[in-house]
Amino acid sequence: MSDPLPASVPHAVASAGPAIDTAEIARLEEIARRIRVEIVRTVNHARGGHLGGPLSVTDILTALYFRILRVRPDDPGWPDRDRLVLSKGHSSIALYGAMALRGYFPVEELATFDAVHSRLQGHPDMCLLPGLDMSTGSLGMGISAGVGMALGARLAGRDCRTFVVLGDGECQEGSVWEAAMVGARYGLANLVAIVDHNKLQQYGWPGDTPEHRLPPEAPGELLAKWTAFGWRVLEVDGHAMGELVRTLEEATRGEGRPTVVIAHTVKGRGVSFMEDRYYWHTRLLKPEEFAQAMAELGEPAPAVEGGPT
Amino acid sequence: MTLPMGRPMREIFGETVAELANEDPRIVVLDGDLGSSTRADIFERAHPDRYLQMGIAEQNMLGVAAGLATMGFMPFISTFVSFALIRPLDQVRVLIAQTGLNVKITAGYAGLFTGMAGKTHQIVDDVSIARAMPGIVVVSPADDVEAAQVLRWSATYDGPVYVRLVRDATQRLFDDGYRFEFGRAVLLREGRDVTLISTGSQTPRVVDAAGILAGAGIDAHVVHLPTIKPVDVEAIVAAAERTGRVITVEEHTIIGGLGGAVAETLSEHRPTRLHRVGLPDIYTESGPNDALLDLYGLSAVRVAEQVTQALERMG
Repeated sequence: MSDPLPASVPHAVASAGPAIDTAEIARLEEIARRIRVEIVRTVNHARGGHLGGPLSVTDILTALYFRILRVRPDDPGWPDRDRLVLSKGHSSIALYGAMALRGYFPVEELATFDAVHSRLQGHPDMCLLPGLDMSTGSLGMGISAGVGMALGARLAGRDCRTFVVLGDGECQEGSVWEAAMVGARYGLANLVAIVDHNKLQQYGWPGDTPEHRLPPEAPGELLAKWTAFGWRVLEVDGHAMGELVRTLEEATRGEGRPTVVIAHTVKGRGVSFMEDRYYWHTRLLKPEEFAQAMAELGEPAPAVEGGPT
Repeated sequence: MTLPMGRPMREIFGETVAELANEDPRIVVLDGDLGSSTRADIFERAHPDRYLQMGIAEQNMLGVAAGLATMGFMPFISTFVSFALIRPLDQVRVLIAQTGLNVKITAGYAGLFTGMAGKTHQIVDDVSIARAMPGIVVVSPADDVEAAQVLRWSATYDGPVYVRLVRDATQRLFDDGYRFEFGRAVLLREGRDVTLISTGSQTPRVVDAAGILAGAGIDAHVVHLPTIKPVDVEAIVAAAERTGRVITVEEHTIIGGLGGAVAETLSEHRPTRLHRVGLPDIYTESGPNDALLDLYGLSAVRVAEQVTQALERMG
């Protein structure tokens, strides 16, 4: 697997709390593995949906749902819960996988993803699925809603935190920077944005070869932009579970302004032939590819599940 | 005789929402850096802690409103129509209309009166656009009295509301005894020869036009439609049945707005001879208010002329 964190970028978590013990890291990594299995299985079953982005954001959502977020899956409307907005709504299947395993709904319901009458819409729909804090899907909007939630929590005197997960391609949307500006203006220390910085977008600008597309931002560009907008910026390897958890915990300390965690990730993480390949943003698996993907994720599947019936 | 002038709807906005907020702690006002124009500044002085400056960043403003609504607040959006609805249209669609969140888009500077700002700020297609969007209701008050009541009503309605407010003082139609009813048309004048249906601050000018027409022997039936979505089908059909000829008048494009709503309603429920008075398929220009009304055929005199001509054609 490739190393997601460029050598030129320092790990910025010097002040983070105590290391997470290895058993806890192993627990979280196993959950992330199971979510990846569900992502590949579900998208293959639905014969549609995204793969690259959900696989890159899986560890982030695992750390949030199983370690960071103060939520009650059996009481999803609990007013003081932490809020989570998946601004990169096209990675919905990763969110659904995490929510199912966290107990919001039965894992079997994942099989309804993308089907008519499902609560698991192609992009997250807060009107259908309890526990979803915001509908998303049109990029660049979720961060604004997150600013509103954090501002509302402060106005209402609630102790809850708001987490917004963005894509790096999404950070090309101008509205992201409108929200960044206003979030900093209000000093929203209860707001944490996490950028899933997998260095690829759906298609991107042409690179050197037909297989190669340029990253959404130049190296260091996100760090410079968020810093310039007045945010506290932390960077982390978005697949190193222990470091990721510590960084997210550090991010909630606020210090009078919002914090962004730039999580360096690999698109398609966990399936060798998808990693760092832009065209696995959305692509249907052939039966043999499905079998290989499941095997690599530690869950060999019967070959008959690989194709449409 | 013409109707007297009322107060500017924008002042009514600032005062009314400030009063509502005295009793309703959910209310916050989001300003897109135009508080001194939209009179959100009146609210700011009354409730500085619930006045939220969002800067010149309207896409974000609508998204923040959605987030605040999920936290139990009732945000009122205050900026010009062009920036409250048109520029952030996708945020309105995805985060507010599709979610049904309790956001009030109470936009000023609807129609032609923009302090001579011209076509960038004159929004005359907003009703068509908002009307086509599922999940949002559209209300266009006639005067200051009705504007205050619409704003008060909007705070009792759980869901997205688009309210069309006018910048400048316009004619007052209603007295203090008037009561706005959501979704209901208002019969303003009974007549036999033709039904005139109007909305917003165009309605007082249509009432004056009916007076002019009466002097020329044309007895107009006048109906005001403050709620454009959902439209009052029963009232429109009844008014059409009464006269057999319907003319819509609006300070808005004739495509898809009030005229469109009435045309759809009548075509489906009671086919009736119809003529639409309003802006043709053009962009408008800047100028003093009265000059614009004259230029675009929306003054009482010009409406009366067009009604007379239309009736000759309709037979």
